[in-house]
Amino acid sequence: MEKFTSHTGVAAPLRRSNVDTDQIIPAVYLKRVTRSGFEDGLFAAWRGDPDFVLNQPAYQQATVLVAGPDFGTGSSREHAVWALQNYGFKAVISSRFGDIFRGNSGKAGLLAAEVDEKVVQALWDYVDANPGASVTVDLESRTVSAGEGVDRIEDSFTIDDYTRWRLLEGLDDIAITLSHDDDIAAYEAKRLPFKPATL
Amino acid sequence: MGRTLAEKIWDDHVVRSAAGEPDLLFIDLHLIHEVTSPQAFDGLRLSGRSVRRPDLTLATEDHNIPTTDLDKPIADVVSRTQVETLRRNAEEFGVRLYPMGNIDQGIVHVVGPQLGLTQPGMTIVCGDSHTSTHGAFGSIAFGIGTSEVEHVLATQSLSQAKPKMMAVEVTGELQPGTTAKDLILALIAQETTGGGQGYIVEYRGEAIRKLSMEARMTICNMSIEWGAKAGLIAPDATTYEYLKGRAHAPQGQAWDDAVAYWDSLVSDDDAHFDKTITIDASQVTPFVTWGTNPGQGVPLSASVPVPADIEDANEKIAAERALEYMGLTAGTPMRDIAIDTVFIGSCTNGRMEDLRVVADIIKGRKVADSTRVLVVPGSVRVRLQAEEEGLDRIFTEAGAEWRGAGCSMCLGMNPDTLTPGERSASTSNRNFEGRQGKGGRTHLVSPEVAAATAVLGHLASPADLPDTVPAGV
Repeated sequence: MEKFTSHTGVAAPLRRSNVDTDQIIPAVYLKRVTRSGFEDGLFAAWRGDPDFVLNQPAYQQATVLVAGPDFGTGSSREHAVWALQNYGFKAVISSRFGDIFRGNSGKAGLLAAEVDEKVVQALWDYVDANPGASVTVDLESRTVSAGEGVDRIEDSFTIDDYTRWRLLEGLDDIAITLSHDDDIAAYEAKRLPFKPATL
Repeated sequence: MGRTLAEKIWDDHVVRSAAGEPDLLFIDLHLIHEVTSPQAFDGLRLSGRSVRRPDLTLATEDHNIPTTDLDKPIADVVSRTQVETLRRNAEEFGVRLYPMGNIDQGIVHVVGPQLGLTQPGMTIVCGDSHTSTHGAFGSIAFGIGTSEVEHVLATQSLSQAKPKMMAVEVTGELQPGTTAKDLILALIAQETTGGGQGYIVEYRGEAIRKLSMEARMTICNMSIEWGAKAGLIAPDATTYEYLKGRAHAPQGQAWDDAVAYWDSLVSDDDAHFDKTITIDASQVTPFVTWGTNPGQGVPLSASVPVPADIEDANEKIAAERALEYMGLTAGTPMRDIAIDTVFIGSCTNGRMEDLRVVADIIKGRKVADSTRVLVVPGSVRVRLQAEEEGLDRIFTEAGAEWRGAGCSMCLGMNPDTLTPGERSASTSNRNFEGRQGKGGRTHLVSPEVAAATAVLGHLASPADLPDTVPAGV
């Protein structure tokens, strides 16, 4: 996994709450057996609308998504994270994330930055007033920031320490766990004998 | 201090615990399907890793497979490739697979319990958010993403931060004509889609104790729809009765040992819950959704809400958007909403009890001329059992379609989809925009409401049907 320390890029305001993973990528796009190429399906139902935020010229190069509360609820499909990444997003900012989506983001290297609802509102207002403006998401300092002078927005975001460390170091989760192979083997040796097996 | 049921199961599965790190949990059962696994197996191949415990892993085909023409190759080439990929992966890595055509194939969350693989006190994961279904047996069961699928394949364990604990006290008793589905829909409407976020939820109380295993599965299945990490119910005599004699249930002395352990799986009286909420089951009536998330629901006897009456700004905007998408006018009585398609099936309501109750209501009646009705059993065994009981003939004689087993129109990944603007009453779990097909409009309902709706062509409960079946049938 690529290391993530800080990212600055064009922020797209997605002024909707409860954007579930079916809306991020509908099921019909989940038939591929690769991890790439899912950008076609990103927000598929909305992309046909010329007014949709990602269809506006100012946001063509967006890499930071600023979304309403309960982003990524519903289905466990990691394809939702891949679709955002394949499209070019590096970070999503919201006041509340679906648990599984947040977990998937941490594993796949997309930063899910949880901020106070008023920060989302401030960022929306800022990018609306300055279409195409950049927002910085800094994982070292756990801050989101944008603008200068009186317009300056700077606030903290929440991410658990362990995910932050893994993202900063770009560590492979499986390799970390396999380094504890002895612990797993010890657990297996003492498992209750009546637990079921599939073979 | 005492521990909750979930804490006991959690503690029993900790492989490794270290300050500042999530716990490493052992996984007792890993269920696999064709959609969320190919990239995980690819990852194993790329890093030269194997499946650590194929004996704790089970695969089936459910999400994208057709429910018609079962004897022919899958017509959709991309779907076929995905299914064939699962078959190759299962073969290469030594994982047991129940493919189409096998008697044990079906929706992964129907298959596990049916085989007796889902038992109390286990940790169960699957690359599917409705894995919470298995919590009905008193297990910690939750959905994971593909990276985690790969992690479990390689290590049979998962790093997890311990969630908070919530108790849902269900007081009173469900009234006749009201079901587990109505109860969970009412609860989600009360708590909203984010209400359970960060919690493992234990459903408790008299009303829960009186539910059958299948009804408990319906409740736990929809835990994810209000954001919970997992939902579970303490095992009891009902659980044991369901399990005894199933293919993978313990036998003889092992059964007695297992029951002795399972009996300990109950929250202690002095256990601490971070949050407790209460819902009175006796106040619940048939419940349906009007919007585009499972929290946007009302009693069937109510009307489509007026967004202007909603206080929360985000909820108000969401309601306005939902009404526009759903093509509904605020204030319309729910019973006046005409339905094009009724879908009966899914991991929420695709089991025997669901099909029996639908058959009871539909028997001797006809589905409305304007309404298409799909009945999709949750598994091949459910299908065969229903056919043995003659339910398939009741459905087809009424004018409904009787299909092969799978996820089908719940997520519209196979050819069973809604067309733009088409409106469904669905016994499934999600009414998201486009979930059942681009532009499709979904109302979540119980099997009872689905059956009555099929007959009348508009949202209805069995109480709305004429008392007697028309003469001559």
